[in-house]
Amino acid sequence: MITIIDYGLGNLASVANALNKLGIPNQVSNSPNVIKKARVLILPGVGAAGQGMQNLKNLNLDKVIIEEIKRGKPFLGICLGMQLLFEESGEGNVACLEILKGVVKKYKKERKVPQIGWNEVKIQYSKIKMQNYNSKVKKILSNIKDLSYFYFVNSYYCEPDDTSIVVAESEYGEKFASIVMKDNIIATQFHPEKSGSIGQQLLKNIFTYFNDLNH
Amino acid sequence: MLTKRIIPCLDMTEGKVVKGVQFETFRDAGNPVELAKRYDNEGADELVFLDITATVDNRNILLDVVRKTALNVTIPFSVGGGIRTTSDMKDVLRAGADKVSVNTGGFNNPQLISDCANIFGSQCVVLSLDARKIGEKKWNVFINGGRIDTGISVVDWAIQAIKQGAGEILLTCIDSDGTKRGFNVELTREVSSKVSVPVIASGGAGNLKDFVEILTEGEADAALAASLFHFGEYKIADVKNHLKRQGVSVRD
Repeated sequence: MITIIDYGLGNLASVANALNKLGIPNQVSNSPNVIKKARVLILPGVGAAGQGMQNLKNLNLDKVIIEEIKRGKPFLGICLGMQLLFEESGEGNVACLEILKGVVKKYKKERKVPQIGWNEVKIQYSKIKMQNYNSKVKKILSNIKDLSYFYFVNSYYCEPDDTSIVVAESEYGEKFASIVMKDNIIATQFHPEKSGSIGQQLLKNIFTYFNDLNH
Repeated sequence: MLTKRIIPCLDMTEGKVVKGVQFETFRDAGNPVELAKRYDNEGADELVFLDITATVDNRNILLDVVRKTALNVTIPFSVGGGIRTTSDMKDVLRAGADKVSVNTGGFNNPQLISDCANIFGSQCVVLSLDARKIGEKKWNVFINGGRIDTGISVVDWAIQAIKQGAGEILLTCIDSDGTKRGFNVELTREVSSKVSVPVIASGGAGNLKDFVEILTEGEADAALAASLFHFGEYKIADVKNHLKRQGVSVRD
């Protein structure tokens, strides 16, 4: 079953609601055993990195998530759920899950933070070609036009060491990674579950892709 | 590029959407969940629900509307009205709202804002601020549905609330509310230029030109309107098409 990890932050119901609208069965859980047995994991999240990591640790979920991702379980990280995959967050200098190399930084002061609203997502075609990601990315971004608008709410952004994992970028004062993909991991800085019909399309593509992986 | 947002506002009482003029004389505008669905389909960037009478009975009706809305719309929405405690906030967020707005409750107890920001993150805490002009270039914060002058300047309170953890400001000009004579550009620019968080301008939208003006000269990050949309004078697309023609970036 697709399992949405409940670590006590923000609006968890929104991811479940978005999947329900698509007719994709899912469950919400904070149990390490359920998460171990899940077919696909989603780490959603709005909230602060420090509180997020603390909650994951208190629920004994941090190690489970790391193990399951390393075992190759399909994983979707959304917003804070993307940021926590990296090594460290500038939001309170918090050590994160260290699954992806890189750090999480705050937007420059001249821009209003949080960034709130709809921003363009630019697909990095040249990188994708180089990395032989072509067929995978094609499936995941099928029917998503380049420069589509998605909904963002964030003050911090990810800066991966390995820029080849950046499948799409957006710009808010500076360019930042808005979609990363590596092996079994897909992560978005925006909220597909809150991004109207285009967000629904992306979720549908992602779960169709994950489903094919499992068979 | 981050676009400017167009936000329909649904003022609610007893499970119905109503619309007033200068916070009084209300008119029925229909079923909130149906309206929310319609606005989502029509390209609204976000929705705002305000429970304008906020009694205990209304709270339960409101939570029911929030749950149904969450199941039916695919865009973010905030909910406010009568939020006094973190548990009020939790109820609204758990029911499916993405953000909660605090007004009188936050003014009387600024700790509420920091508590909420610490638990749920600043991005879910919207400071809803009702302003009324009290002199040349002077606006005070009014609370209790616009009935009580706090004697505090709008900018001072906005800055303090952001320090407490508010992540966005919903700025309503009471003098303009429901008049359709245009947003208060002067007030909005004054606040938006002095704060570090996005500002949603509210009160007074009457025609397409007003939206352009508030999002450019007024320096607002988003513009909110109610009656214009509820009573069908303009569709969201009319506003967005006009903004685009005027060079203001909006989501298609």
